[in-house]
Amino acid sequence: MDATTLLLLGQDSLISGAIYALLAVTMVMVFSVTRVLFIPQGEFVTYGALTLAALEAGRVPGTAWLLLGVGAVAAVLAMTRARQTLTFLKAIRILIIDVGLPALLLLIVHWAAPLKLGLVPEMLLTLALVVPLGPLVYRIAFQPLAEASILVLLIVAVGVHMGMTGLGLVFFGPEGYQTSAFSDAVFELGFMNISAQSIWVVTTTAALLLGLYLFFEKTVSGKMLRAAAISRRGARLVGISTDRTGYLAFTLTALIGAVSGLMIGSLTTIYYDSGFIIGLKGFVAAILGGLHSYPLAAAAALLVGTVESFSSYSASAFKEVIVFTIIIPVLLWRSIFRPPVEHLE
Amino acid sequence: MSLLTVADLSVAYGRIQAVQGVALDIAAGSIVTVIGANGAGKTSLLNAVMGLLPARGEVTFRGEAMARCPTEKRFSLGMSLVTESRDLFTTMSIEDNLILGANRCGRREIVQRMAEVFARFPRLKERSTQLAGTLSGGERQMLAMGRALMARPQLLMLDEPSLGLAPIIVREIFHIISDLRDNGVAILLVEQNARAALQVADYAYVMELGLVTMDGPASQLAGDPRVIESYLGFGGADTNTA
Repeated sequence: MDATTLLLLGQDSLISGAIYALLAVTMVMVFSVTRVLFIPQGEFVTYGALTLAALEAGRVPGTAWLLLGVGAVAAVLAMTRARQTLTFLKAIRILIIDVGLPALLLLIVHWAAPLKLGLVPEMLLTLALVVPLGPLVYRIAFQPLAEASILVLLIVAVGVHMGMTGLGLVFFGPEGYQTSAFSDAVFELGFMNISAQSIWVVTTTAALLLGLYLFFEKTVSGKMLRAAAISRRGARLVGISTDRTGYLAFTLTALIGAVSGLMIGSLTTIYYDSGFIIGLKGFVAAILGGLHSYPLAAAAALLVGTVESFSSYSASAFKEVIVFTIIIPVLLWRSIFRPPVEHLE
Repeated sequence: MSLLTVADLSVAYGRIQAVQGVALDIAAGSIVTVIGANGAGKTSLLNAVMGLLPARGEVTFRGEAMARCPTEKRFSLGMSLVTESRDLFTTMSIEDNLILGANRCGRREIVQRMAEVFARFPRLKERSTQLAGTLSGGERQMLAMGRALMARPQLLMLDEPSLGLAPIIVREIFHIISDLRDNGVAILLVEQNARAALQVADYAYVMELGLVTMDGPASQLAGDPRVIESYLGFGGADTNTA
């Protein structure tokens, strides 16, 4: 392996490591706030990338219809759940938010898609379509089970993953798509070529991680999420509703998943089921970080990215095997040397 | 007028009845204590009033029925509960814990309320950046009370505030409790330290095996031979040793 290959693989590691870091950090956050191991995290990456690809091609992305459908289901559930206290005004409010807004978005997309407004408006439109799916998924699948055990929540998460992959096939079709890069520029650094896209990915990731850090440390909403993660009962006792922190955590996770999708859509071809493996790698990093430490999870994600790049170079047939195998010694180590985590049950 | 009325409240864990048909009443700005041995159902009673436990019966707060209210709603109506385990945010600073106690308020309001809490608990101010998990038992109790007070509750419920604390700290806490009452906060105090509780309270209930077996003005119960025998020991008449 010569220096050029090494640098090339290093660059590759950094890019995939950055994406995995985002997924790992949000996975840790969702788990600590809601106790859900959110396996379908990767689906938001897929949805983000494929929605942008459809908009770039001037088509109405399936997500627009999907959002309307999911919103309608959530509205029906919300009204059934509140049936004893439901007033006419409340029902109207639910309908406007859960069905009206997605319908409005659908109209906007129908108008905007054929115009091909350019990358930035299309990205914003993508986020507007994909991000609301996060809190909606929480409301439909997890909120009614807020007090269930971690195992039940995990089983539901696997179910949601299967559902979202299936819906991905229905709404995006079986073909793979690649989006255009944020920028096509390539810089030469010594004997190495650095694409502007990779710089975009790394800086966007760094900015998002910094933003998350500031959100958790400096804002009351961020502190509320941390508080709910430390003590659910303590949080309820100061009026922090676990529903609200759940929405917030799932909104953040959908946002970061979708942004990751926008970033990698141009680096690799994304199919309706590509998200699973990407999400699993974020999951491996989250586990390596012990499912509670954000910096450890982010660092582990870089390790996962590195192992993946180098193993795809030297043993490409086994690259996934090698990546997923590194979880075993860590689990062994943790089960032997660390006491069981108290807050699990 | 009563601030909180509890009528025919029952809590069951499976087939075990922890609280059976309890009724109690708290007037605004008064201290009411519930005393009783371990396992009498005192904690279950408080948790049910706060909405943390499912219960049958009626809880009326400020004239509103609480049956459908989740804990968060009861909190925003002016109820606060300091649990026996304190439920602090252990890996966050004292300051952050207090901020979260008033998480619906604006920044200026939070600063003002925090100053009031610090005035009442100067020890918390000295350590405002320290993590809650590193505090001593007494400081934890103060922080838990301070966090509850950040919401300016009308009813503060305290579950065993003196548990495991040094006598000098217990005296301080009880001093603060009566001072809070003088400032118009109603207090529902659950205690095993019956002597201290009866001294500070206006009215008292005795719970045994999930039932209220006695109630009356605190001074009167403190002189009741049955209470003296069961909860105050034979030195019950000497009220200066709290």
